[in-house]
Amino acid sequence: MTTPTWVRLAELGASVLFILALKGLSSPKSARRGNLLGAAGATVATAVAFFYGQEFFGGPIRHLPLILIATLIGSVIGWIAARRVQMTQMPQMVALFNGVGGGAAAVVSTIEFLSAGSDESIAALTATVFTVVVGSVSFAGSILTFMKLQELMTSRPVVIPLGRYITSLAGVATIGAAAMLIISPSQGLLYVLLLLSLLMGVLLVLPVGGADVPIVISLLNAFTGLSVAASGYVLGNVLLIVAGTLVGASGTLLTRMMAQAMGRPLTNTLFGAFTAKATAATGPSEERPVKSASPEDVAIMLAYARKVIIVPGYGLAVAQAQNTIRELVELLGAKGIEVDYAIHPVAGRMPGHMNVLLAEANVPYDQLKEMDEINPEFPATDVALVVGANDVVNPAARDDKTAPIYGMPILNVDQAQQVVFLKRSMRPGFAGIENEVLYDPKTSLLFGDAKESLTKVVSALKGL
Amino acid sequence: MDAISILTIFVLSIFVGIEVVSKVSAVLHTPLMSGANAIHGVVLVGAILVTGKADDGIQLWLGLTAIVLAAINMVGGFVVTDRMLEMFKPKPKAKEEVSS
Repeated sequence: MTTPTWVRLAELGASVLFILALKGLSSPKSARRGNLLGAAGATVATAVAFFYGQEFFGGPIRHLPLILIATLIGSVIGWIAARRVQMTQMPQMVALFNGVGGGAAAVVSTIEFLSAGSDESIAALTATVFTVVVGSVSFAGSILTFMKLQELMTSRPVVIPLGRYITSLAGVATIGAAAMLIISPSQGLLYVLLLLSLLMGVLLVLPVGGADVPIVISLLNAFTGLSVAASGYVLGNVLLIVAGTLVGASGTLLTRMMAQAMGRPLTNTLFGAFTAKATAATGPSEERPVKSASPEDVAIMLAYARKVIIVPGYGLAVAQAQNTIRELVELLGAKGIEVDYAIHPVAGRMPGHMNVLLAEANVPYDQLKEMDEINPEFPATDVALVVGANDVVNPAARDDKTAPIYGMPILNVDQAQQVVFLKRSMRPGFAGIENEVLYDPKTSLLFGDAKESLTKVVSALKGL
Repeated sequence: MDAISILTIFVLSIFVGIEVVSKVSAVLHTPLMSGANAIHGVVLVGAILVTGKADDGIQLWLGLTAIVLAAINMVGGFVVTDRMLEMFKPKPKAKEEVSS
């Protein structure tokens, strides 16, 4: 029996659903429905794969029970992981999901190569090689990204001695092996290429600094899309070509938009650390005087302000203090104080991450102000309350050309009349650089876990 | 399918992919990335197809590995995206809808 027409039509339907999904995900109103449409498309596509005919399988589909079991195992793992993950850890989860997808694409092309061997056309061989290289780079890079975000390893840029040369050398070797594989295909060479590509993935992500990691996730996401498209070409499967290309193209554009939101050219993100010197956090920073404040001081400062801007950061999310901050804002609002949240585009660990986290705590949308909207208001602000954020308010990004984050747009809290930082310690932020605002005479610091500190401020405020 | 048809599909898909996300607001960057990430989990189809015609042990086990990985990508991706978007439920307080 050949593959029935309805299977092809169902795949066309799935492709359309994927397009509608991306379209839906671009607008807040339709985003959730868009995601569900995508899931529906993927379900349809998976279900009809079992009905391919003998011109593909050379008979009825083999190993059916094992395939079903493997699908079930993967689905359950994915489901549980996605359900259990804390919202704060979501970026690394996305990185991990992306990595395994890239790995799957590389393995699919490897299998097709093993079964077809040297019978493949040059074009198919090229696509195979592309999938193996890009899929493996995406896999290794994403795993490393996951480890950086999960803090299983340092989130600082890792600069290995002569790194630039090693990466160039590995790059040349990868391209060389890829070219040889296309000219004279052999299994041994394929495994060499796999290993080289995994190494490339590691080398490319190692020097990327913590703050740039989201852009890299997005880029690797686009890579995986392209490798899926290429694996579709190897298999002669139009659905995979369409879905992979859609993700590759939209992912590339999205990566550019994210980089723009952070004011970082893409090349700078990827190769910046190769040239950056060891950053400034090495100095005897602990000994410089800072002004610390008690929760009562902070409460009084806030109570007598007319305008307060809250700058939430990742520390707020880690401490699960979203609800406490909302309570504080409601209290201040009841006193007739004007309060807004200033949301940096990359507050949290990813673009839009903070919006998600605050929405989870039922903070009303209209209090969330985006950076361009709120920045002119800082000079007229009595107190800027920075909760668990650091890099996004670091004026080094504006003033210090040697800083690794130079060029990233920031929230100008240093222009407010008074600045209050709630911080766990003097440790520098994710990007690992010193923040001059902390030492400014108009800045007060309240050390401690963000949630505990906020709770104390709230109760002090109630007692006033 | 001939090379030109495939190339046509490829090129048109690029344009569609760029066009559909060109107007996304910064708030949705993360969910959009996550949703796109889930869509490329459809490589599961490829994994099922190659495993369904595997003719030796190595191909079979590699194929089953690919299936597990791809299914994690696909199911996990859609579920985690849905969890993110759950938070974006329209609230009674939100007066002005941002025109998209």
